[in-house]
Amino acid sequence: MTQLQNFTKGFFRENPILVLVLGTCPTLATTSSAMNGLGMGVATTFVLLGSNVVISLLSGVIPDKVRIPAFIVIIASFVTIVDLVMQAYVPSLYETLGIFIPLIVVNCIVLGRAEAYASKNSVLSSFFDGLGMGLGFTMALGIMGTIRELLGNGSILGHKFISGDGILVFILAPGAFLVLGYLIALINKLKRT
Amino acid sequence: MAKTESTFKNMALSLTLIALGSSAGLGFVYELTKEPIALSSLNKKLDAIREVVPEFNNDPNSEMYRLATGEGDSLEIYPARKDGKIVGYAVNTYTNNGFSGYINLMAGFTPDGAIINISVLQQKETPGLGTKMAEPAFKDQFIDKNPAEFSLKVKKDGGPVDAITAATISSRAFCDAVQRAYNTLQKGGSK
Repeated sequence: MTQLQNFTKGFFRENPILVLVLGTCPTLATTSSAMNGLGMGVATTFVLLGSNVVISLLSGVIPDKVRIPAFIVIIASFVTIVDLVMQAYVPSLYETLGIFIPLIVVNCIVLGRAEAYASKNSVLSSFFDGLGMGLGFTMALGIMGTIRELLGNGSILGHKFISGDGILVFILAPGAFLVLGYLIALINKLKRT
Repeated sequence: MAKTESTFKNMALSLTLIALGSSAGLGFVYELTKEPIALSSLNKKLDAIREVVPEFNNDPNSEMYRLATGEGDSLEIYPARKDGKIVGYAVNTYTNNGFSGYINLMAGFTPDGAIINISVLQQKETPGLGTKMAEPAFKDQFIDKNPAEFSLKVKKDGGPVDAITAATISSRAFCDAVQRAYNTLQKGGSK
C-alpha cells in the first residue's frame, strides 16, 4: 500500500465514522453545528497524529503485556495538551465542546488505530494513517454538523438565513441518529455501485 | 529491533519511563498555556462586566468584594464607578437548576436594584434550545426591570417572563440566578 493510499483510505474506504462506525459518542454529541463538529474533528486529528507517531516509535520497546496502559498514557497526554491549548487560545470553542475534549482519551478511533495500525507499522505509514483517519473523521463530523445546523437552525457556520427556528429535532439527539443513519446508508449505496 | 520481553522489570521500567516523559511534556505545556488561560478567563469576566453596567472608569476587578447569599455561599460583587460615584454593580451569580445543572451569569444592577443587563458566562444547556438564553431575544426582556416589582417567574409559573420555546427549565434557572443576585445585593446593602 502506498503512502497516498494510506492517507486517503480514511476519507472514504475506511472512514472511521461512516464505514467503521467508531467513535459515535462524540460524533452524535458534538455535531449540533458545523463549527463544533469541525473543532472536535481537528482536536481528534491532532491527538491521532501525535499518538500514532509516538506509539509506532515506541512499539519496539513497549512490552506486549503492558501495551494498553502505555498507549492510554500517551494518548491521554496528547489529549491534555489539546485541552490546555484550546482553553488558552480558543476559549469559546473549548466551552461549547466541554467534556468531549477530555473524552477523546476513550475515543475508540484513537486507541483502535494505535492497537491495529501504529503498533505494527512504520512511523511514516502511521503518520499518514493518523492524518488520513483524523481528516476523514473531521470531514464526516463537518458534513453531519452542516446538515444538522442547516435543517435544525437554518444557518451555515453561524450565518442565519431564515428567521425563527428550523426543524428543532435535528439539533437534538434524535436528529444526530437520523443524520448519521442516512449518511451511512448513502455511503453503503455508493460503495455497492 | 527485537520486541522487549514482558518481564516484570521491563514492564515496570517502560511504563515508568513513558509516564515520566508524558508528565515532563505536560508540565511544559501547562507552563506555556498558564498565562493565556488566566488572561482569557479574566478578559471574559471584564468583557461581561463591561456589558452589564454603564460606562465606568475604575477597576471593578480590584474592588471586588463578596456578599453571602444566605444559603451558605457567597457571590462576587464588582462595583462600577464613574468618577468615584457608583453607577452599577456587576454580580457574578449562578444557579444549579439548569437543564444540565450549573449556569453562571454576570448580572448588572443599578444602585437602586433595577437590572441593567445580563451576560451568560458559562452554561451547558441543550444547544439550539437552552443556549438561546444568551441571545438578546430572551435576555433583553429583563433590561430596566426592577425585580422588586417585576417578579422573576416564567409565564407557566404565573410570572411575566417569556420562556424560551422548549426550554422552560433553562428559562426558570436563568430567573433563579438573577433572583439570587438581586436578593444578595439587596440584603448586603449598597456600599
